[in-house]
Amino acid sequence: MSARTVLHEADIARALTRISHEILESNRGADDLVILGIPTRGVILAKRIAATISSISGATIVSGALDVTMYRDDLAKHPTRAPQPTTLPPQGIDGRTVVLVDDVLYSGRTIRAALDALTDLGRPRVVRLAALVDRGHRELPIRPDFVGKNLPSSQAERIFVRLTEFDGDDSVTIEGSGE
Amino acid sequence: MSEPTSNHDVTLITGATLADGTRTDLLLRDGRIAERGTGLSAVGATVVDADGLLALPGLVDLHTHLREPGFEQSETVLTGTRAAAAGGFTAVFAMANTSPVADTAGVVEQEQSLGERAGYATVQPIGAVTVGLAGERLAELGAMASSRAEVRVFSDDGLCVSDPLLMRRALEYVKAFDGVIAQHAQEPRLTVGAQMNEGALSGELGLTGWPAVAEESIIARDVLLAEHVGSRLHICHVSTAGSVDVIRWAKARGIPVTAEVTPHHLLLTEELVASYDARYKVNPPLRRAEDVQALREALADGTIDVVATDHAPHPVEAKDCEWDAAANGMVGLESALSVVHASMVATGLLDWNDVARVLSATPARIGRITGQGASIEAGAPAEVVLYDTAATRPFGTAALAGKGVNSPYLGLELPGRVVATFHRGYATVLDGAVLPTEQVAAAARRAARSAEVER
Amino acid sequence: MRHLLSTKTLTRDEAIEILDVAEDMAETQFREVRKLPTLRGKTVVNLFFEDSTRTRISFEAAAKRLSADVITFSAKGSSVSKGESLKDTAQTLAAMHADAVVIRHSASGAPQTLADSGWIDAGILNAGDGTHEHPTQALLDAFTMRKRLHGERSRGRALDGVAVTIVGDILHSRVARSNVWLLDTLGAEVTLVAPPTLLPVDLGPWPATVRYDLDDAIAQRPDVLMMLRIQSERMHAAFFPNSREYSRRWGLDDERLARLDPASIVMHPGPMNRGLEISSGAADSPRSTVLEQVANGVSVRMAALYLLLSGDREESTRV
Repeated sequence: MSARTVLHEADIARALTRISHEILESNRGADDLVILGIPTRGVILAKRIAATISSISGATIVSGALDVTMYRDDLAKHPTRAPQPTTLPPQGIDGRTVVLVDDVLYSGRTIRAALDALTDLGRPRVVRLAALVDRGHRELPIRPDFVGKNLPSSQAERIFVRLTEFDGDDSVTIEGSGE
Repeated sequence: MSEPTSNHDVTLITGATLADGTRTDLLLRDGRIAERGTGLSAVGATVVDADGLLALPGLVDLHTHLREPGFEQSETVLTGTRAAAAGGFTAVFAMANTSPVADTAGVVEQEQSLGERAGYATVQPIGAVTVGLAGERLAELGAMASSRAEVRVFSDDGLCVSDPLLMRRALEYVKAFDGVIAQHAQEPRLTVGAQMNEGALSGELGLTGWPAVAEESIIARDVLLAEHVGSRLHICHVSTAGSVDVIRWAKARGIPVTAEVTPHHLLLTEELVASYDARYKVNPPLRRAEDVQALREALADGTIDVVATDHAPHPVEAKDCEWDAAANGMVGLESALSVVHASMVATGLLDWNDVARVLSATPARIGRITGQGASIEAGAPAEVVLYDTAATRPFGTAALAGKGVNSPYLGLELPGRVVATFHRGYATVLDGAVLPTEQVAAAARRAARSAEVER
Repeated sequence: MRHLLSTKTLTRDEAIEILDVAEDMAETQFREVRKLPTLRGKTVVNLFFEDSTRTRISFEAAAKRLSADVITFSAKGSSVSKGESLKDTAQTLAAMHADAVVIRHSASGAPQTLADSGWIDAGILNAGDGTHEHPTQALLDAFTMRKRLHGERSRGRALDGVAVTIVGDILHSRVARSNVWLLDTLGAEVTLVAPPTLLPVDLGPWPATVRYDLDDAIAQRPDVLMMLRIQSERMHAAFFPNSREYSRRWGLDDERLARLDPASIVMHPGPMNRGLEISSGAADSPRSTVLEQVANGVSVRMAALYLLLSGDREESTRV
């Protein structure tokens, strides 16, 4: 099994900074922004993005977490998953711009579940999606608004995201048969 | 001089081993053991090769529930005695809790003739102590004693004769005809709604307890009553160490008390109840390991006189349900000898002579029955069982011969196997299989005719 | 989790997992849309052979908030009161493709018999069997204690060192049994208080201290005082002379409430006999958790149903 690193620490930092700028640009500023990460690593990325946006814009943007376990469509195919907490910023999501953040965008089913979860929590004005890595192979008509890196991959390959706060270091590696 | 009997009622058993280890042949003719020795031969006899098999006197069960009349969905006299034969029994004492209750001469005579007609084993009816088992008035004990059934054992089993005055009167009354009261010792007020032995486990499982003292206190009262009125007393299905202590004390005082223990109380403990599997629900309940040990020792030292099965068949739906709703009881005729083998012989507590004593001779004596329980000798009645002590078998429903399948031993490996049973000189079981109903009934008729001719 | 029949067989990790999932479930009750789609398309049958409005409603609410379909079957007027056996009832439910059966029955062991029988393939959840166990009650009690003690920081925590005193008819109480096993597993120290007639004869294997005197027990400063319902009918079977004497010796009256440590909480599984085992003053005081227990019951039952039904059932082992 060969494993190669496609993003090093510096690459990740640059990607997140670029995404933060793109979010601000598309939102025309920092007003009414809510950055929600999907556990586990999406939450860490959301926190970093919120911190970067805050320092660029001078506004204070706080991130939150949106757990989607209860909304997944594939629960019966795996052993029971324990849910993670959902924490929303105090101002809520009604009428706001919610940016969902996840580490890897793949089939799109997690994001579909996230959209259902959001609907039960309130009514955002607009929902956007930021992903650190887009590896293709979408099974639903879902597309990201902000992407760190496009990583075409075969379904036999596996992509691993490591983040310092959780894994001790920052990297994205791809592992699998072939080159 | 009798007419020559037809060939199929002369049997030559060759190469059997007796309980004392001697090898012998046995010639069965006209309902008796005509000869005992080596190198026997008989022209035209059916030969049964008993090489490697133990020959014991036919077993006698002092406590069986044949369910007929009234509960034929659970068992009949025919199916129950087939089960008895499969277990090596040639006589069973049939308990009185039928419907109608066996509290009159009419019912006991009916039970006896059903047994005679079926022919698998002698059915000796037990008479109820009280009318309808209601515990209020004495039943017609004298009439049952004088009937064709010649009842000598009386019991309200299933229920306790709990009224002390009534128990006293019953004990006194049966002295007139050498009768004995067989008590089911269970103080009813201490066992209301009881489901299992009372102890740590019943507390955990949330099942109402059946305290040992409810059995022991009745036994203590009854042995003192028996002493006071000078009467015989028999205690059914003793189940606790404390009961053993009371009986031992009573015997040391010279009180004429006898006692029985079931095979399941010699082997199984209350731990099995934790599964809530109703196969283990029985009255008196399964108890602790200490009780099992005390019962084994008591049987070995004679404090407990006999093993009696308390064979209690039930229909499938009475056990295939939640514990509270299930009926009490286990079938036991087919497995009794193997369970005694496993719990008492294999552990060195009894030898095969002792087994003959506790499963044949002594029950016959206590029940005052003739033609059963005699040692295997020339001239004795031809009641013999051939048992393979070396076999082991997984005990399954194929080993059950009655209607009931509520056995706690299903799936267990048990030692030994009954290979053949002979009753009144004819076979009821051969090659481990119970013989067909018509064949045995015909043999029974022939045996009855030849006994008439001899008279 | 294949079945939830008892707390006795729950490991510490399993118990904490259920409580933590219940935290998530509890949070959803504060949203606009108090419903989750997780068990959509699953059928939960409430099989209540014993009357119980409160527990039945609690399970119904729990199943519905997870979008499951709920069918309620109560004994009165049903085929059961006409003598239908447990086996036949179970096989009928199996033919209707029930995914989970929540069963309350007067016979101890009935849920286990149902789970072991092979009559039905559904997940079995014990909602109270005879005097044996009532696992979701103990779980909601533990959840309540944890929440009162640790508030927002309850996740992942057990009840180590918490002193819990349970008072009442221990002999006949499935709530007491389930609580004793679960509290011990979670590290709590349990004391039982009752008249000797209402205690099982042999408490040797129970991980609890036994006292006959409630005032002594209160002087030990328990963190939690749990009062159990007493049935006055018991006095007719000579368990105690009359309600007055029971109440005087083992009831939580206002005077005993005053002697309780101010930080201690008072619990009761309900329904309460005000004035018998618990005074109105005690029941309505801010230290009483009676209403929270009811709310927490729904969350805990949602967690139990989720863990029973959402994962791959073939792979799970029985609890």
